[in-house]
Amino acid sequence: MADALLSVRNLSVQFTTYGQTNQVLHGVSLDVPARSQIALVGESGSGKTVTMRSIMGLLRTPPAKVTGGEILYDGRDLLTMPDRERLKLRGTAMSMVFQDPMSSLNPVFTIADQMGTILKYADRRLGRSRNGKERMARVYEVLGQVRMRDPERVARSYPIMLSGGMRQRVLIAMALLSEPKLLIADEPGTALDVTTQAQILKLLKDLVEERGLALLMITHNLGVVRETSNYVYVMNKGVVVEHRPTAELFEAPRDDYTKALIAAVPRLTGGTRFGAAA
Amino acid sequence: MEFLLFLLRRILWSILVLVGLSIVIFAIARVVPGDPARMALGPTATAEQVADLQEKLGLNKPIVEQYGLFIAGLSRGDLGRSLLTERPVNDDIRETFAATFELVLMTITIAFVLGVPLGVAAARWKDRWPDTLVRILAIFAAVTPSFFAALLLQILAGYVLHILPTTGRLPHNLDFVAQVTGLLTVDSLLAGRLDVFGEALRHLLLPATALALATMGQIARITRSSMIDVASQDYIEASRAFGVPEPIRVFKYMLRPSFVPPLTILGLEFASLIGNAFVVELVFAWPGMAAYGIRTILQKDLNAVMGVVMVSGVFFVIVNLVIDVLVGFVDPRVRIRGSR
Repeated sequence: MADALLSVRNLSVQFTTYGQTNQVLHGVSLDVPARSQIALVGESGSGKTVTMRSIMGLLRTPPAKVTGGEILYDGRDLLTMPDRERLKLRGTAMSMVFQDPMSSLNPVFTIADQMGTILKYADRRLGRSRNGKERMARVYEVLGQVRMRDPERVARSYPIMLSGGMRQRVLIAMALLSEPKLLIADEPGTALDVTTQAQILKLLKDLVEERGLALLMITHNLGVVRETSNYVYVMNKGVVVEHRPTAELFEAPRDDYTKALIAAVPRLTGGTRFGAAA
Repeated sequence: MEFLLFLLRRILWSILVLVGLSIVIFAIARVVPGDPARMALGPTATAEQVADLQEKLGLNKPIVEQYGLFIAGLSRGDLGRSLLTERPVNDDIRETFAATFELVLMTITIAFVLGVPLGVAAARWKDRWPDTLVRILAIFAAVTPSFFAALLLQILAGYVLHILPTTGRLPHNLDFVAQVTGLLTVDSLLAGRLDVFGEALRHLLLPATALALATMGQIARITRSSMIDVASQDYIEASRAFGVPEPIRVFKYMLRPSFVPPLTILGLEFASLIGNAFVVELVFAWPGMAAYGIRTILQKDLNAVMGVVMVSGVFFVIVNLVIDVLVGFVDPRVRIRGSR
């Protein structure tokens, strides 16, 4: 797809630790068109996180090394563009929602301080200028958008004073600060209880749809895939084994691994895999 | 308000600790063999003279009564007379404590100002040459006995290079009496005597450096490991993903959460140096309380020993309180949990 907002082409990554080299990604390709909701699903170690980190430019090199392929954002290859250019996109054009609300916020600074700092440097990269007051206004605005009832109080708080669900919403707010076009979500809410996670996913989906953002949801949870995406890539052992519209995939999975993955979802009602045995 | 409650609770605890300390030290001082009266009078004194002095010191009273007398004196702020110097212990301690305090203050300043940046550099360039260098340096600094460092510095800076004075707090020909705080550096500035200030600093430099090395090594090591630990936290990764520039990440987002362990070490060292400074004080002829304490212990100068221990104890308690407040300031988690 030439018109995709983000297009990963044949990406190969290897890791070298203690003199041992492991090929972690074997030519992964995926497309995230503008305004689409894409899921990338796989078990731990399938390479989905490495794929995400490559896209965000967060891989540590060494030990990691990109051995082939390209990552096109708006038609420009992120892997060959100068660092300065790439830094301009990070956190601004593409932004990330982190997984663990308990550990992804700095415990010794207030929310206002952390969000303000992100915004300050994002503005600087984009050549915008905002004074402290305007920055705080924007912070309150975004906190309101993630449906915080009292944004100013939340901003004054330290992370420890907020509940898990609130912290996760702060993380979403952080990602939205600079109005990115692409949101990459790394299993948001996994660390929360199911009810809160469902709320968070709903909020994320609403925000993405309201603003016409593209969403790349990285997850191991097929329930999340079904809720939040309309197209899905299944990864296993560093390869994309299957990719199709989400509804189709659940209807009739083709790949054996996908079938196993779907069969592994525990069910609470009717037609269980264990039905015959009972 | 919560903070005041916290302080009040800590102060009450501290008083209990000090009472316990006074009992333990009092008991130990009387259990150790050797008769203070005999030691003070020397081998040529007659039995009557010794008995006289024992009577005068109250050594033949029941031990509980002796303790009662000691506490009564303490509550009036009177520590009794020293057998060694034949002066009130209060005066001895007032003079010597200021000298030791100034030395230790300089020591921890050096240790902190050098140790923290070394640790940060080592963590920033982990497993590369700055890290290796800092680790070797820190190990050497930590294992070199302070008296050895003291002699080395004395020989090098004093006798070979002739750049720094090697004994005392001020040159003999300089006429200055510290009257306000007892700290020469502070009092000289208060009096507007820059020449004295300079000399006082020059005299402080060698002994403080000798004493600082071990603490500096420890602080560098603990800052390094603390920084490395924080660097692997999700929130640092997150700030990277949000495009926060590296200097801000390292010096703000990483350094502040890493600050608690070195601060705690600093507090412990600060307090223990007050007692442990004696070797360096002896080498540099520094008229400090640590050296005074050792001399009085060897002489079984009971009043002076008790006085030195109690002053060190109070100091320890105060430093810990200050460190706790600082830790609460650096890390809001401590503050918030503490007030619940």
